[in-house]
Amino acid sequence: MAELNITERQAGDITILDMSGKVTIGEGSIALRTTIRRLLGEGKKSILLNLGSVGYVDSSGIGELVSSFTAVNKEGGSLKLLNLTQKIQDLLAITKLLTVFDVYDSESEALSSFS
Amino acid sequence: MSKEKSELSLSSRLESVEEAAFEAEKFARQSGFDDDALNAIDMAVRESVANAVKHGNLLDETKRVELTFENTSNGFEITIRDFGKGFAVEDVPDPTNPENLLKANGRGILFMRAFMDEVEWSNHAEGGMLVKMLKRR
Repeated sequence: MAELNITERQAGDITILDMSGKVTIGEGSIALRTTIRRLLGEGKKSILLNLGSVGYVDSSGIGELVSSFTAVNKEGGSLKLLNLTQKIQDLLAITKLLTVFDVYDSESEALSSFS
Repeated sequence: MSKEKSELSLSSRLESVEEAAFEAEKFARQSGFDDDALNAIDMAVRESVANAVKHGNLLDETKRVELTFENTSNGFEITIRDFGKGFAVEDVPDPTNPENLLKANGRGILFMRAFMDEVEWSNHAEGGMLVKMLKRR
């Protein structure tokens, strides 16, 4: 079974990635990178990462979230985070990245923030 | 019955990160550490072994990563040794500085320090880097 499963949904122009599993060094980080690159290649630049079912993230995974964020920004789009677990919130606080990412607990609020 | 000390020698592959974390968690659980401590140990061991495999041994599978876990009166003591060129920890940029916030790498040491009570880096007398970490009980 893959370390990280990513399911894609579309809400208008916004692509929601429902992620479950682990975003860690190796497979998990690569799966996220590959998906973001493909979406950008398809011109999908409004991306919401639903991390509610992501149980584990390491420093490599945090780095991949940052890389995804900068890659999307560079293309003039925006990447936002939804449903952070307490663990991920703690990691983003330690790394001072809570101020960098736009973070939401409610999907509808997250979606309306893109407009 | 908990053991007092355990040793582990792993090859320089990313899969070793998972193996090291599994063994550390098992040893710490048998030593009676609570879930918060187990999570912290798990995270710190993953980060330190990932650094040893990737940045220390440069994924050279002929080089080993050696770990010890020890249940002492101080708490749970872990050492991780690689066989790379070593580095000066003070030269590693602070990833929380605003100019480094958007860098993709460089947060492993921060996590090790955040999750453990003590972390020390030194050059091993016979080469390579030695990391010592302590989680107090």
